[in-house]
Amino acid sequence: MPWKREQLAERAARELRDGYYVNLGIGIPTLVANFIPDGMQVVLQSENGMLGIGPFPYEGEEDADLINAGKQTITAVPGSSYFSSADSFAMIRGGHINLTVLGAMEVSENGDLANWMVPGKMVKGMGGAMDLVAGVRRVVVVMEHTAPNGTSKLKARCELPLTGQNVVDMVITDLGVFQRPDRHSPFELIELAPGVTPAMVKERTSAHYIARV
Amino acid sequence: MMASKLYPDARAALAGLLRDGMTVMSGGFGLCGLPEHLIQALQESGVKGLTVISNNAGVDDFGLGPLLRTRQIRKMVSSYVGENKEFERQFLAGEIEVEFNPQGTLAERCRAGGAGIPAFYTRTGAGTPVAEGKEQREFGGEPYILETGLVADLSIVRAWRGDELGNLVYRRTARNFNPVMATAGKVTVAEIEELVPVGSIDPDHVHTPGVFVQRMIVGTGYSRRIEQRTTRPRPQGRG
Repeated sequence: MPWKREQLAERAARELRDGYYVNLGIGIPTLVANFIPDGMQVVLQSENGMLGIGPFPYEGEEDADLINAGKQTITAVPGSSYFSSADSFAMIRGGHINLTVLGAMEVSENGDLANWMVPGKMVKGMGGAMDLVAGVRRVVVVMEHTAPNGTSKLKARCELPLTGQNVVDMVITDLGVFQRPDRHSPFELIELAPGVTPAMVKERTSAHYIARV
Repeated sequence: MMASKLYPDARAALAGLLRDGMTVMSGGFGLCGLPEHLIQALQESGVKGLTVISNNAGVDDFGLGPLLRTRQIRKMVSSYVGENKEFERQFLAGEIEVEFNPQGTLAERCRAGGAGIPAFYTRTGAGTPVAEGKEQREFGGEPYILETGLVADLSIVRAWRGDELGNLVYRRTARNFNPVMATAGKVTVAEIEELVPVGSIDPDHVHTPGVFVQRMIVGTGYSRRIEQRTTRPRPQGRG
């Protein structure tokens, strides 16, 4: 049984460590916040200018002045702080954020990431994704293993325009987990989703990787 | 005694500042912290051929959306422009030019411009389409690209509280791009939700010192539009 959305988020949450400052992307990455282990202190950063994102507000308590980068209404936890976009990206670009979890269209075997544009289609922009992958110390990608047409999203080379070059440390797909010990090494397949075999992963992956399972 | 920076309304505050083809910075993130009265006054002035530097392009009927509808914007410098059908139409028809900047690069370009720094190197965008045509240089074995500072003919920003000297305080995530854009306008016009007496803002708590603000208005009837209303259920009361 390949992992579903919630399970992908749950697996990504296992990369969190006590005391981490973390930026979560839009979509499945946002769900990672629901799986922070009890007793672990993780401070969530929102690139529009806050540290210490709390849960969604109770109905009737939404504040138009308090949103996350996905423009959703949120709350603040005790000890949170607000700051300008320049300060926010000083944190991100300056390497002060420990971990980011992002979605992707493609990841290459050498860690390149493409997640912002498809030539010929409406381009909405990269938002903060390029800054996050350029500056955050550890970059975890959560994505479907294959595109709707069945082609591997973890591939030898990205075909789409890049968001960042050699920036991805871990890829969690519905089939399993790929990790690189450092940014000079190839990805290693270190975990499989329940019922998924190494042969299934090999068959559906066009990138080179080392199987450790 | 310094002359008051306070103007009676948005139209008056923009009088004499507008010309076709000018560059305008507009604060805000999504629909949060938008200088909505000043944007409306820009639209009503009929000024056109604008280059607008703003993280987003508003939605169809709010923010910069109405200015797009009236075709007053020639070019946008933004990091993300989804959620706007009219923008999409103009973009696909080649009627509007867009320069995408990574969000942090956009913020830093404003900060640099306002601080008198003409350019800076950043790792953001190296090896991507953003690097095309830009100088690249290695520091510590890592590639960086040269990005230029931005200065606008006019910056329009929104704050929560302010005094007549132009000292501004922002509220929560409505701060976003407003402070950096306030520094990067040849002229900066601020709209505030509440005017407070000079001296009542603790100097330690001023976010934008008044030196950066030339004109200001007090806005009324703020829309408090929310783009994505997300809530959680209240816990059930006992007994």
